[in-house]
Amino acid sequence: MKKISLFVSALCLAYSVNVLAADTGVISLRNGALEENAPAETMKDFPKQNDSVGINYVNQPPLIPHSIRDYRIDTRSNKCLSCHSLKNFKAMKATKISTTHFVSRDGEVLSDVSPRRYFCLQCHVPQVDAKPLVGNDFKPAGALAE
Amino acid sequence: MEKLKSIWRTLRKPSVHFSLGFLVIGGFIAGIIFWGGFNTALELTNTEAFCISCHEMKNNVYEELRSTIHFSNRSGVRATCPDCHVPHKWTDKIARKMQASKEVWGKIFGTVNTREKFEDKRRELAEHEWKRLKANDSLECRNCHNFDYMDYSLQGPRAANMHSTALASGEKTCIDCHKGIAHHLPDMQGVEGWQ
Repeated sequence: MKKISLFVSALCLAYSVNVLAADTGVISLRNGALEENAPAETMKDFPKQNDSVGINYVNQPPLIPHSIRDYRIDTRSNKCLSCHSLKNFKAMKATKISTTHFVSRDGEVLSDVSPRRYFCLQCHVPQVDAKPLVGNDFKPAGALAE
Repeated sequence: MEKLKSIWRTLRKPSVHFSLGFLVIGGFIAGIIFWGGFNTALELTNTEAFCISCHEMKNNVYEELRSTIHFSNRSGVRATCPDCHVPHKWTDKIARKMQASKEVWGKIFGTVNTREKFEDKRRELAEHEWKRLKANDSLECRNCHNFDYMDYSLQGPRAANMHSTALASGEKTCIDCHKGIAHHLPDMQGVEGWQ
């Protein structure tokens, strides 16, 4: 009896594995069957220097139009601010850091970048020329669309 | 004193047992062996394998170097520790090697033998290197990067602007702007050009 039940459960397991592995007809976003590993995309390189990328909606953090390889941001140093800080932006002909970044979470205006806005890459990111996997018909409204 | 005098007298005496030829040729060969051995030993301490045989170097600065462009890049040319930290010219190299005897002291007494101790000393150690490179006009950078062959048109506008003015006039040198390109930076409070 024990042997038979073991045999039956083995059969069931084999069947269920077969069913799961069978072609379900569902195509993944990367144009392959679900159970297949899609071939890896080629690595994308960040453009070294671009014209600045426009914003699509109000209060969007501007994108970074240049490569940021090895630009470290930690509590001891912030490479971004060596060009974009209020002190340095003029000499470096860089975009100025917005003074909204000087406001602490309690609404106090500080004399320097507020700790909560210090880690630039939390909001600002560089862009590669990659086609989105999912279609998107978002359109900027009003003046931003022009 | 009496002993010294007797040694001096022996040295001044012409050789009795050895021929002039033996002394000249023997001295010549001994010289080659001594000089060759010295230089070989010196070169041995000038390799990356030697540097990272100490865990202080291997776990801190070497590990930090590995992700930077001076270690891995598209063309596969890389810099090793001595390329940037040891002068190529012989006299300068010897001077640096004598200074490095302090590092042996540090190794023996474990001055930076933990990550925490290393971090505490990072600013001081970094400042030594900044000072050295500032004083020799970034000589070690220029062993590979030659200003005369820089093409501004291939540089970003900001880089071209800086290189054609401040660097060209000699007012600034590489290390003034390119700090922390191979290792993590210390606290940059009060360093020119930093927050």
